[in-house]
Amino acid sequence: MTNKIKVEHLDFYYGNFQALKDINMDIHQNKITALIGPSGCGKSTFIKTMNRMFDLIDGTKATGSISFDGTELLDKNLDVVQLRKRIGMVFQKPNPFPKSIEENVLYGVKRHGDVPKSEWDELVKTSLKKASLWTEVEHKLNQSAFSLSGGQQQRLCIARALATKPEVLLMDEPTSALDPIATAKIEELLEELKKEYTVIIVTHSMQQAARISDYTGFFLNGELIEFGLTKTVFSNPTDKRTEDYITGRFG
Amino acid sequence: MGKTSKRRRLAQRLFLNKFFEYLFLAAILLSISVLLILVGDVLRKGLGSLDWSFITSMPSSRPERAGILPALLGTLWVIGLTALISIPVGVGTAIYLEEYANKRSWFFRIMNINIGNLAGVPSIVYGILGLTVFVQLLKIGPTILAGALTLSLLILPVIIVSSVEAIKAVPSSVKEGSYALGVSRWRTITGVILPMALPGILTGSILALSRAMGEAAPLIMVGAVGFVTFLPDGILDRYTLLPMLIYNWTSRPQDAFAQIAAAGIIVMMILLLITNITAILLRRKTQNRVE
Repeated sequence: MTNKIKVEHLDFYYGNFQALKDINMDIHQNKITALIGPSGCGKSTFIKTMNRMFDLIDGTKATGSISFDGTELLDKNLDVVQLRKRIGMVFQKPNPFPKSIEENVLYGVKRHGDVPKSEWDELVKTSLKKASLWTEVEHKLNQSAFSLSGGQQQRLCIARALATKPEVLLMDEPTSALDPIATAKIEELLEELKKEYTVIIVTHSMQQAARISDYTGFFLNGELIEFGLTKTVFSNPTDKRTEDYITGRFG
Repeated sequence: MGKTSKRRRLAQRLFLNKFFEYLFLAAILLSISVLLILVGDVLRKGLGSLDWSFITSMPSSRPERAGILPALLGTLWVIGLTALISIPVGVGTAIYLEEYANKRSWFFRIMNINIGNLAGVPSIVYGILGLTVFVQLLKIGPTILAGALTLSLLILPVIIVSSVEAIKAVPSSVKEGSYALGVSRWRTITGVILPMALPGILTGSILALSRAMGEAAPLIMVGAVGFVTFLPDGILDRYTLLPMLIYNWTSRPQDAFAQIAAAGIIVMMILLLITNITAILLRRKTQNRVE
């Protein structure tokens, strides 16, 4: 088993507030790692350190080490453009661009300029197929992305992230704004995606984590309380707080 | 509490509801009627003198032969040049303030407060500034360029504030979506931020320009002339503008001049109407493209 990402002694600060405390975690390749915990526990903050989205917020600071295939992600001189091409992200609420479906998928590659124009059509097709959206939109690629339903928009956002050919997909509660049917579709899709990608998903739903993930991490107040195989974490947690949380005693 | 007193209170409330509704209706009718009276008065006085030769003739000391051509062209030159200067600078400033500047820095705070304050400075003050800096210090002289630079300063705060508001209104989720794809800041600005902010930027800019079109005070300071009988053909020419010419005519004693002044006002109102309609159409068009 290969470690795709190795997190060691990660501390994270918003100004003076410490949001993550000494996090250590191994993310395994081609597995789904779920991060659970009550709101404000740091799980979303944690995945945002991996594609350096926190760079966009003034006054944030991360220390420790996040090693991605041997590359130090917290290095100040790291090319975040390259990083974010290799580590894609899907957000809580579907956030398509106010452009056509096709333009949404091509948004990244057009601006990176690393895929020749002759391959664009094929790329749109494969990306949408991988996001299992192709059959629903193949005849209306020029229509606005806003004409799609919420679940379709979210799969379009997945297709958009896949188009830049990432190795890792970060998902920040990707189904929290969707109805149960759209959620089931995305969960099915994740099963497919893990064959090719390493997936890290933040979820507010313990059932979802239990259903789809191979590994689970439980966060509380900025600390990683427990991390291991999903089976073990859910059936035989070592920490009392994990047990309390997954049995619904708080959170 | 008795039934009757409850009913009385209900009646009282309904009455107050109606009362305030009519009060606010009266407020809007008052402002509309003042406007209608004004427009009606101008139309009554001016329509008789308004014809094609009025637009294509030179000013003259004889009102029946006088026209507005140099002033009309002067206004178009100055406003056109003002747009070319103020929109790029204003939108650029707004992009810097919203997307690049560190919002916690004292520089950002001072800039923000000052831009807000500048929007409230009387236009004559900009005239004095333009006279000192552009006309005298930079030796541009009393030319179209100096006038346009002065008007640009005057409307820059308005353009900046409305552009900042338009950029702020772009949802941060969309910006994050672009950054998360590894798209650089500049390409995020051109890729999603500006296209989404464009309707607001255009509306703000055009409304600011139509305000500039009606200004006379700062241009008197920087040397616009009230009465010229030649046409401008470059940005370093001397010039006159519609508000200047109208002012010149209204200050003359003969009644005939009051009439052609009214005709000039009609031309200006048409010009303003055209720019405002352009703003609305542009906004509609760009909004449709976005949604």
